[in-house]
Amino acid sequence: MKPRMIFILFLLVALALGGTGCTKKESNVIKIGVFEPITGANAAGGQLEVEGIKLANKLYPEVLGKKVELVIADNKSDKVEAATAAARLVEKDKVTAIIGSWGSSLSMAAGDIVKKGKVPTVGASCTNPLVTAGNDYYFRVCFIDPFQGTVMANYAYSKLNAKRAAIIQEVNNDYAVGLAKFFMDSFRALTGAEDSIVAVANYNTGDQDFSAQLTNIKAQNPDVIFAPGNFTESALIISQARKLGINCPFIGGDTWETQEFLDIGQEAVEGVVFSTFFATETPITAESAKFIEAYRKEYNKEPAAVAALGYDAYILILDALKRANSTDRVKLRDEIAKTKNFAGAAGIITLDANGDAIKNAVIKVVKDGKFTYLDTIAPQQ
Amino acid sequence: MAFDLFLQHLSNGISLGSLYALIAIGYTMVYGILRLINFAHGDIFMMATYFAFFGIVTFHIPWYITFPLVLVLTAALGIGVEATAYRPLREAPKISILISAIGASFFLENLTIVLFGGVPKPFPAPKLFTDVVQVGSVSIQKLTFYIPVVTVISLLGLVYLINKTKTGMAMRAVSMDQETARVMGININHTIAFTFGLGSFLAAVGGIMWGMKFPQIQPLMGVIPGLKCFIAAVIGGIGNIGGAVIGGFILGIGEIMLVAFLPNLTGYRDAFAFILLILILLYKPTGILGEKTAEKV
Repeated sequence: MKPRMIFILFLLVALALGGTGCTKKESNVIKIGVFEPITGANAAGGQLEVEGIKLANKLYPEVLGKKVELVIADNKSDKVEAATAAARLVEKDKVTAIIGSWGSSLSMAAGDIVKKGKVPTVGASCTNPLVTAGNDYYFRVCFIDPFQGTVMANYAYSKLNAKRAAIIQEVNNDYAVGLAKFFMDSFRALTGAEDSIVAVANYNTGDQDFSAQLTNIKAQNPDVIFAPGNFTESALIISQARKLGINCPFIGGDTWETQEFLDIGQEAVEGVVFSTFFATETPITAESAKFIEAYRKEYNKEPAAVAALGYDAYILILDALKRANSTDRVKLRDEIAKTKNFAGAAGIITLDANGDAIKNAVIKVVKDGKFTYLDTIAPQQ
Repeated sequence: MAFDLFLQHLSNGISLGSLYALIAIGYTMVYGILRLINFAHGDIFMMATYFAFFGIVTFHIPWYITFPLVLVLTAALGIGVEATAYRPLREAPKISILISAIGASFFLENLTIVLFGGVPKPFPAPKLFTDVVQVGSVSIQKLTFYIPVVTVISLLGLVYLINKTKTGMAMRAVSMDQETARVMGININHTIAFTFGLGSFLAAVGGIMWGMKFPQIQPLMGVIPGLKCFIAAVIGGIGNIGGAVIGGFILGIGEIMLVAFLPNLTGYRDAFAFILLILILLYKPTGILGEKTAEKV
């Protein structure tokens, strides 16, 4: 019996050594986690970001003499799944940094996990202020909703001459509720009237019937409807509104910029205006031109803003890795925090004390079934 | 609240309710015959919308050919699900078949995600059905008239089939007692397969109507309608086809009125359906039109 035990023990040790041998080889690879919704209601947005990240990885496959490997974790557009996916990246895959997620609620679900695991995380297009607030390890390469809400309120007030606005918001989505609040605050300030918001209607993620909410809004006869939320529900809302005879303009936020929004909304979304991050009509940096060309070649279509932001998050992490000259996560975090005047595809990135980028907003309109550039709004300093 | 506003809400409610009713009919029929809650019903309904999408968008088949084709394909799918997930468990306890039904549901959802992707696709609704009619200040989609008509036709067709035809007689016999029905020379497997085919056919009718009203399809779209129509069937008295229609209307109109008159409770719209389910189970478990039969011995 005994010799056999020793033999088994020997085998186990050999296996363990073999195992460490493998990990030694793997240390030539830097793993970056991609934390995005690949399936579910937000899948179209998440996949656009992944396209941008993969493109960046293809153009810049190495840093510090090591190959960069993307570890993609699907958060399934679900807050609970998001926490699981983030924990997997932190604990099992032990990634050096994480990019993502499309959707502020999903990013917030991962907040505590990356903070505890000390994994620097760079959001691409999550705009709710709470994503980075009080979290030293969460950064982002986009502007935040207080700015975006103001931009759209200004647009409604000065360009559309709206005096009465209605809100229809996705009530269990932190992004939509936050953005609606910032819009309402600035719209009330602009009109100087508390009752300038004539209706606030709510709906849930995944709802398909909005006729009751829209009928109530129609009864208030608003000049404009602000409808922050996912592109899927938003497209259905707008087409149902048109069928109910609501003809006033619809305006919204950055989440709408997906092909699916156009496909589902079809002629109903014509003329819809929203704020976003980036337009190919106005490339900002040399990196923008490089990105746009490579993206068109790789995917044979026009890049969406969130694809550019995914790309930016990746090259920003690589730049910080170079400056840190180490894969130590804490050192990497400190270098990311120091990012200043970094030329990304979607504009110059300077991170403020909260880890948020201060950037211009772009306004786009749906014209002839395409997203078309309308205007650029600079932040007030 | 102005009267025409109320009428608009009512028209919205009837439109949604008749859609729930349509899907609930298939649910309740399968239960009525087999005493099995087919949890894959919502997913078969989802598959039907994908069939229609591929027929019209990918293969450019006109809708009036695609839709009948979808009905046939979906019925075949239902028979396939029955043959693989339920038939092998014919002699097993009811709970095993129920679990198998949930398994079939997950399988169909994830198969769709793998095959067609998780990204929502637009449903190609023919213009003919989605046009809007103005009645005074009330805007009504033409579909709002068609759906109740389709629901009533399905209901009458089904009642006729079950009560007046030989196949219907066999179905009723199977629902009474499988063993005795077999002794009487009824082919149990054929009858049950037919029942599933018919249930899936109805799911496909519901799916096409649903897709035209809410023109966006995705792999998990069947889950909530499936649950809600299950609730509608229970409210009406599960197993009772007329009850399913009543339950569907109660649920649809109730939901719309909840959102219309108590906008602050919008977030609890789905909860409303489940609260209704709990109340029915507590106070009238047999549902509105349910029969009071005790457990058969």
